[in-house]
Amino acid sequence: MMTNHVHQPAFLTGDEFSIATFSLLDAEGELYNGATEPPLEREHARRLYQSMLATRILDERMMAAQRQGRLSFYMQCMGEEAAVIGATAALNDADMIMAQYREQGALMYRGFSIDEFMNQLFGNELDYGKGRQMPVHYGSRKLHYMTISSPLATQIPQATGYAYGQKLAGDGLCTLTFFGEGAASEGDFHAALNMASVHKVPVIFFCRNNGYAISTPAVEQFAADGIAPRAFGYHMHVLRVDGNDVLAVYEATRQARQIAVEQNQPVLIEAMTYRLAAHSSSDDPSGYRLKSEEETWRLKDPVLRMQKWLLKKNWWSEEEETQQQETLRREVLDTMKRAEKRTSPPLESLVSDVYADVTPELQRQFDQLKKHIRRYPDAYPRGARSLDLDVETHIDSQGDA
Amino acid sequence: MPTMNMLQAINNALDIAMAEDEKVICFGEDVGIFGGVFRATSHLQEKYGKTRCFNTPLVEQGIIGFANGLAAQGSVPVAEIQFADYIFPAFDQIVNETAKYRYRSGDLFNVGGLTIRTPYGGGIAGGLYHSQSPEAYFTHTPGLKVVVPRNPYQAKGLLLAAIRDPDPVLFLEPKRLYRAAVGEVPEEDYQLRLGEAEVIKEGSDITVVGWGAQMEVIGKAVELAEEQGIACEVIDLRSLLPWDADTVVESVLKTGRLVVSHEAPLTGGFAGEIAATIQERCFLYLESPIRRVTGLDTPFPLVLEKEYFPDHLKIFEAIRESVNF
Repeated sequence: MMTNHVHQPAFLTGDEFSIATFSLLDAEGELYNGATEPPLEREHARRLYQSMLATRILDERMMAAQRQGRLSFYMQCMGEEAAVIGATAALNDADMIMAQYREQGALMYRGFSIDEFMNQLFGNELDYGKGRQMPVHYGSRKLHYMTISSPLATQIPQATGYAYGQKLAGDGLCTLTFFGEGAASEGDFHAALNMASVHKVPVIFFCRNNGYAISTPAVEQFAADGIAPRAFGYHMHVLRVDGNDVLAVYEATRQARQIAVEQNQPVLIEAMTYRLAAHSSSDDPSGYRLKSEEETWRLKDPVLRMQKWLLKKNWWSEEEETQQQETLRREVLDTMKRAEKRTSPPLESLVSDVYADVTPELQRQFDQLKKHIRRYPDAYPRGARSLDLDVETHIDSQGDA
Repeated sequence: MPTMNMLQAINNALDIAMAEDEKVICFGEDVGIFGGVFRATSHLQEKYGKTRCFNTPLVEQGIIGFANGLAAQGSVPVAEIQFADYIFPAFDQIVNETAKYRYRSGDLFNVGGLTIRTPYGGGIAGGLYHSQSPEAYFTHTPGLKVVVPRNPYQAKGLLLAAIRDPDPVLFLEPKRLYRAAVGEVPEEDYQLRLGEAEVIKEGSDITVVGWGAQMEVIGKAVELAEEQGIACEVIDLRSLLPWDADTVVESVLKTGRLVVSHEAPLTGGFAGEIAATIQERCFLYLESPIRRVTGLDTPFPLVLEKEYFPDHLKIFEAIRESVNF
């Protein structure tokens, strides 16, 4: 605790500090004067870009599928691909990621297959989550990606705890948690940062400040200069970065990881970006923001910016771009057709995993349910099919369920 | 009489309350210019200004803590929690603060002006975090009132009563019926008394009790039962805390049979409270065991929602088995 005293009151407001935004690439994909290119090799850069492109295409196709009624719900990452994938690319692939729900790009980068995405989106028998959660609630143990939970900010203090465990395990790994500027208003955010600082935990708090929490603009979310200044209150390293500049995000996260893992210190990164799409397929932004505002951000498109940089370096070509887009679109469509035809998870998945073992009372309820379905198989086509009963009615697509 | 859906009826009730009393203040996540994600607060900011209808930061514990303070000061806050599934960060403020303000201060202070509105329930492909029915967590909390409307007419009358009630009220809105339930709603101001159940349909063979969205499901089950000549008495509890035991007792003394249905899981659900009270007060009149038709003791599923749901067929079977016991 500082002990110097003054004898006249001097109130502070935080305006004494000004936090600059770290950026390397301009909108044309040129390095700014004085900017240093991060240590990103050709193959790594291509993997990063291809993940951004694949995420954009997956989002476009799945949003269209939702509009066609093939999918009940969808959320796009559009506009935030550089923030999410740039950060992920700077991690060790074995580092833990605890995301909010708009970070499918992180999984794409780590090698989650289009099949794996589709199985979750359609909640079929191959979905790791057993058809229990709404679309986009992915999880992958092998890719070190914690299963998404809809309630906001709950993952942030969990990231602190997970990283504390990593520190004790001494395996040189860290945890990165993604969240939006809206979620940073939750109490969980503050608890997470405080505990991480007090206990010297190797965790990176990565805020996607995309300007909106559903309809609520950032100016109605906080009065201060964004999320970054909050780090001062917890004596934490902090960096604000242009979230649409993939090189800057990559370099920011690469250095943050060094601080986290080598010094056992948490870091807060605030990536300034924009949610180009609606909050979700259930939302219509025309009710709360101007098209012209969206257009100004379209000019700062992070995917296009990286593409320009790669083309200039001759690490990517127009032909590859065209071919890659076609291949990805076809793969998404073919995979979707496969995934939506697959059967639902079995009836047992209703009662499994509530506990490690089904309790006797739950087993009793389940037996009663099976008896009921046998009496009315046509009313429960999925359950009846799972019990190998003949079903007359057609199984609704998830969109009608 | 105009026809409204439930959202319009709720919006209309808020409009009336705000027009009548400038102390009524509506806030929550996205409730301002956007009018809430379900549009229950549409146009209220335009009409009453940003000081009386506004967006809050995304922090449920903050919303209810703020609302408690505002109510203690003498204002009449109507706080929205976007989904009942997201009410839990505010659990401490509701259970330890809202519910105990009057009691712990010896009535020096109270937050009676507070109403918390929140959409609850399943049947919308919402999975485990957009489908929950958390009423029983709150009915275990003396000091709160818990109210659940079943249709637009009930929603308007009960919400106006909740806002003006001298005690804090948790107002659970069945979101599956927000647009699906349409009916005649008087334009003028009216209130329906809290704590009073309504006998929707009289019958002599069996009593069927529920609340909120489940009343529609019970209605379908009762139709099936009536086709088989079973005369059902249907009761909408409307208020769960305090609940109108007398009306249910009176009915069961007549029918001798009771089925209670809710979407929430069986164990610890409010149907258990009703069953215990009724067996205490109607023991010698019961012709069959009291039946509960509820969700399973699991989180709310997604793909197998239909199988999980306490639907009309499950209620019908319970009615049939009770009558044939």
